[in-house]
Amino acid sequence: MAVNTHTLTIPSSTSFLEEVREFVTSHATQAKFAEGVVEQMKMAVDEACTNVIEHSYEGNADQVIDITITTMPDKLVVVIRDKGLKFDRAAYQEPDLLQYAKSKKTGGFGVHIMRKLMDSVEYRNTGGFNECCMIKFKS
Amino acid sequence: MSNFSVGFRSSGHIQILDLKGELDAHTASELEAAIQKCQANNQVHIIINGASLMYISSAGLGVFMAYIEDIRELGGDIKIAALQPKVYNVFDLLGFPMLFDIIDLEADAIGKFDPSNA
Repeated sequence: MAVNTHTLTIPSSTSFLEEVREFVTSHATQAKFAEGVVEQMKMAVDEACTNVIEHSYEGNADQVIDITITTMPDKLVVVIRDKGLKFDRAAYQEPDLLQYAKSKKTGGFGVHIMRKLMDSVEYRNTGGFNECCMIKFKS
Repeated sequence: MSNFSVGFRSSGHIQILDLKGELDAHTASELEAAIQKCQANNQVHIIINGASLMYISSAGLGVFMAYIEDIRELGGDIKIAALQPKVYNVFDLLGFPMLFDIIDLEADAIGKFDPSNA
């Protein structure tokens, strides 16, 4: 099976998340990932894009996000690229569910979900872009 | 265009919200508005019926998190029923069964609010 790469560029608005999920589902299904695994990848990419929209671009909808999916025989690699604020790794803490409910906080679960659903989640900054690179292996 | 909607039904004093479609960061505000409407009408016995809910992201889960304490302080609860297995898996992934009453059948959720009618 060859290596296939597909890119989707969306405006930085939550109204395009549905399109992102369809993009992931389509290519992950074509690459013959199991249905349950496709669901996991779809959600992880949704969470990554939501974080870019809400935190990196701070809700500014006139920016763009590039989502690149590369399928290989044994894995799928997805890179989400933006030009907004850097992801602050030092400020990130694993959420505690009970504390969250008590404090009535509503967010902060995205990265936690991405890490639970994918085999690898890495952030990097290259050439003025922020990149979130996630990998899911087939087995 | 949103492919998410909330339907309102009631069973006695219990307000049932039928969620349909996909709940993400774009559509979560619709669920929030629905729960706020329940609160404004002093309806604090709420059942979320997820039979037609096809997807939920952390933004949707966050809405439940934001209101559960308020609703319980008012003597009510948000019980979640009839979730599709793939949606339940997301609730489970984050440990929601520890915090929320998640029930297979809507009738059983009604019975938990109204033990005398169960």
